[in-house]
Amino acid sequence: MEEALVRAVLFGTPILLAALGALLAERSGVVNLGVEGIMALSALAAFAAALGAGPWVGAVAGVGAGVLLSLFLGLFAITLRANPFVAGLAVAALGLGASGILGKRYEGVPLENPLPEVPLALLSLLLAFLLHLLLYRSRFGLYLRSVGENPKAADLFGVGVEGVRYLALGLGGGLIGLGGAYLSLAYRPSWTDGMTSGLGWVAIALVILAAWEPLRAVFGAYLFGLLFFLQFRLQGSVPIPSEAFAAMPYLLVILVLALSGRSRAPRALGQPFERGR
Amino acid sequence: MRLELDPAPTPRKVALSYGAFLLLAFLLLGLLFLAYGVSPLKAYGLLLSPLLDPLGLAEVARRAIPLLLIGAGLSLAFRVGFFNIGAEGQLLMGAVGAAYVALFLPPGPYTLLLMFFLGGALGALWAGFAAWLRVRFGASEILTTLMQNYLAYYLVVYLVAGPWKGQFVFGFLYTDRFPEAARLPRLGETLVHWPTLLLGVGAALLLHLLLFRTPLGFALRILGENREAARYLGLKEGRLLLLVAVASGLLAGFAGVGEVAGIHGRLLEPAQISLGYGFTAILVAWLARGRPGLTLLTAPLLGLILAGGDALKLAFSMPFRVVDVVAGLLLLAWIGAEAASRHRILWRR
Repeated sequence: MEEALVRAVLFGTPILLAALGALLAERSGVVNLGVEGIMALSALAAFAAALGAGPWVGAVAGVGAGVLLSLFLGLFAITLRANPFVAGLAVAALGLGASGILGKRYEGVPLENPLPEVPLALLSLLLAFLLHLLLYRSRFGLYLRSVGENPKAADLFGVGVEGVRYLALGLGGGLIGLGGAYLSLAYRPSWTDGMTSGLGWVAIALVILAAWEPLRAVFGAYLFGLLFFLQFRLQGSVPIPSEAFAAMPYLLVILVLALSGRSRAPRALGQPFERGR
Repeated sequence: MRLELDPAPTPRKVALSYGAFLLLAFLLLGLLFLAYGVSPLKAYGLLLSPLLDPLGLAEVARRAIPLLLIGAGLSLAFRVGFFNIGAEGQLLMGAVGAAYVALFLPPGPYTLLLMFFLGGALGALWAGFAAWLRVRFGASEILTTLMQNYLAYYLVVYLVAGPWKGQFVFGFLYTDRFPEAARLPRLGETLVHWPTLLLGVGAALLLHLLLFRTPLGFALRILGENREAARYLGLKEGRLLLLVAVASGLLAGFAGVGEVAGIHGRLLEPAQISLGYGFTAILVAWLARGRPGLTLLTAPLLGLILAGGDALKLAFSMPFRVVDVVAGLLLLAWIGAEAASRHRILWRR
């Protein structure tokens, strides 16, 4: 029982970090569907840097990769006002693909000094609280929410809509990157192609389940973590094929979407901002 | 500095922005090749190499078949505002349906027809479910169809590793070979299963006509352009969404039937049935800009990239992910150029 809870938290941590990152961007009105690819590339960047310069440098590299790839998405979704959903999917494919190609030489290479999981899990919990405070107790959070709800009004009050959105997307990318780094440096200290295994998509669904609230995302992430743990634990001991367990998280996401599909999203979510229109 | 809408971009500006963004995409791709340790020029050459000989062209055609079928359906669905990202799963369901008919029903002259029927129906059901969830519960189809991809994936893995595992295949994960009556004819020595190709061409033309020449198509276009107007006109949004979802799922299911009946002759691991056709077809549809007829051009183009990616993979032992990268970069270049040509830069506020 105790073990189950610990494993649930440890496996929920990358989901939580990625979900917080996606949530931050969505609160400013930018949809980031690139999460899966950003996680994959960050995990690789973190692993490569950790081999050369130690795990903490690796974590920083993972965060940096997440920020950069998210800002790259911002170039299309914010500045060029391209369709943010398509741009996000393209970034997901790009990140997954590039990590698969560049990471081939790291396949099977062991990491001598992995990061400890528990402090990182605590850090992610702290980050969830900090994000809550940032959103609801700071001036920047007020700007960020207003940009996500009504960019036109925010613009009239002198808030730089595009600047706030870039900042939210970039900071969120850092969180997603940290989630990727957690995978390759702590949870499973190694690199394999496709090691994110759909966690990025789970994180995006979690944002909806959490109704765009960081603290609710914590519970959702640990719930998913518990499910993933049960899937491992029950395999072989009950007469249910292992594929059914593997498919469970995805089934759960669909269920969650059906149950909470009409929960209220930031009003300007996914709408490019065009001044004077 | 800021951007402003350009109401009437000149053709020169449009051409320049598409050129610049494509160049950027190929530069980034080149950097990636360099980082992998391959000369970019050689890699580009290989990417285009299938154009040079008949066998290469046949490879392009073979990959264009599922892309055309799926892309035509998706271009319709996207235009109407149903973002079906789940063609990969719908294709796999089509393959499952076809395999069931081939393996468990007595073979006869109707076998192929039945395979297309059941495969298409399962694909349509898979997509229709997502549409129902959106209409009934407001669940984003981008996410539900995506999740259904994983469900279909695990279903196929379960089938080929479990109850449908072939009696004569020992260690491998696939079913027994389909009987001869369940195999699609091919063009000569190539892997081009021509009935499916004809089906794809027909579907693209038919959907094009439907969209631009019929009252139903007019209603669909209105719904895609302006949901408020559609509501005002009394159009049944839910029913129309369900219709395009089912149509695109049906075609993706057909594509799955074509792959197992035309190429492999058995159900096998999902990654071998589809080389990411569902995702590449998103690009096919997006490049066609909501015109199903244009997929007749864009599907072979992406077929070339898949075939070229295969050549790259073999020559430099690169992971197949190279195709994802090319597709992702092209997609970004395309939407970036489209957006850039619609705007002009103002240097003063």
